[in-house]
Amino acid sequence: MDTYILYSAMVLSVFMAIPLYRSVVGPTVKDRIMGVNAIGSKTTVLLIMIGFIFGRVDMFIDIALAYALLNFIAVLAASRYFHKRKGLYQEMNR
Amino acid sequence: MNLISALLIAIGLFFFLGGSIGIIRLPDFYSRLHAAGMLDTMGLFLSMAGLALYVLTDFSFANVLVAIKIMLIVVFVFITSPTATHAIVDAGVRAVREPWTKDKKGGNPI
Amino acid sequence: MKLQQRKSSFVISFFILLLFWVVFSGRFDLFHLSLGMISCAIVAWFVSDLSIPNPRPMGILRLWFNFFLYFPWLIWQILLANFHVMALVLSPNMMERIDPHILRFRSRIRDELGLVTFANSITLTPGTITVHISAYGDLSVHAIDKDSAAALPGEMEARVARIFGE
Repeated sequence: MDTYILYSAMVLSVFMAIPLYRSVVGPTVKDRIMGVNAIGSKTTVLLIMIGFIFGRVDMFIDIALAYALLNFIAVLAASRYFHKRKGLYQEMNR
Repeated sequence: MNLISALLIAIGLFFFLGGSIGIIRLPDFYSRLHAAGMLDTMGLFLSMAGLALYVLTDFSFANVLVAIKIMLIVVFVFITSPTATHAIVDAGVRAVREPWTKDKKGGNPI
Repeated sequence: MKLQQRKSSFVISFFILLLFWVVFSGRFDLFHLSLGMISCAIVAWFVSDLSIPNPRPMGILRLWFNFFLYFPWLIWQILLANFHVMALVLSPNMMERIDPHILRFRSRIRDELGLVTFANSITLTPGTITVHISAYGDLSVHAIDKDSAAALPGEMEARVARIFGE
């Protein structure tokens, strides 16, 4: 079962590359914020899986909880920050 | 017990894959949020349920506490994920970004 | 806010915070428990005029009981809608099957907490996202195709209204 969790953690980290494409290429700022949010929710699961692999779930669970909190605050702050301004370059007609 | 948790983790990973593909394929960011926010939340719920079941296989007090904490993360994400989604949508609406529709090819199709 | 209301709000939020403290710390010796009681009392006194706006102990218990009855139905509905959106995303002719549009309707729920619960439920269900909600209950919902939009407001509104006793 531990090997199974190790392999699913590897598959999960491969899946994290797909939203990374959107957050690097993404045409608008909101696309980038959304990609970062998707990566963060996958990282929460990945941290607990790492805890199982190292056999220290009771320690990694707190890190995962703090990461989920931080992810939420980061997305909220970034989307409030880009409320009115349209990014560094004016993206009016894209 | 192990089989059920393995199955739950596999279904959760499948949902994560669907969310990731939806982020790439859908036309504009309003419709991408359907895949990004919601499918990921469901994948997290299923994977966390599988991991919590796997913790409970050797039953002790500390492990029950760990399983409760895992389910608390799920409850937290279920409360905060709609809020984060709505924050992004609100930022898009205030930047006067027209949603992509079928007849009027607005938005930003990439 | 009246002092009586503030006191009952303080007691309720103190016990909720203490429960979370015990679960998260996982230690039960005297030192950690007394430390938790002191910090929970300080935080609960600071937030007591904001956290629970209208404290009625029996009303809150009934609300939570109704909410726990509502939760399994919501999970089941989310699961069904998830498979729908999943099939939509993975299908080869996706661009023909999706039809994003914004629909507007007026909800009959008047309670503020009920409106927030309803909007969050709509957003949690894949295929529909609440774009805007006004204080009078006017909702704008972004739906990804016709099937997702057809379920609104429908049964979800009736169930949320039943939680808040309307």
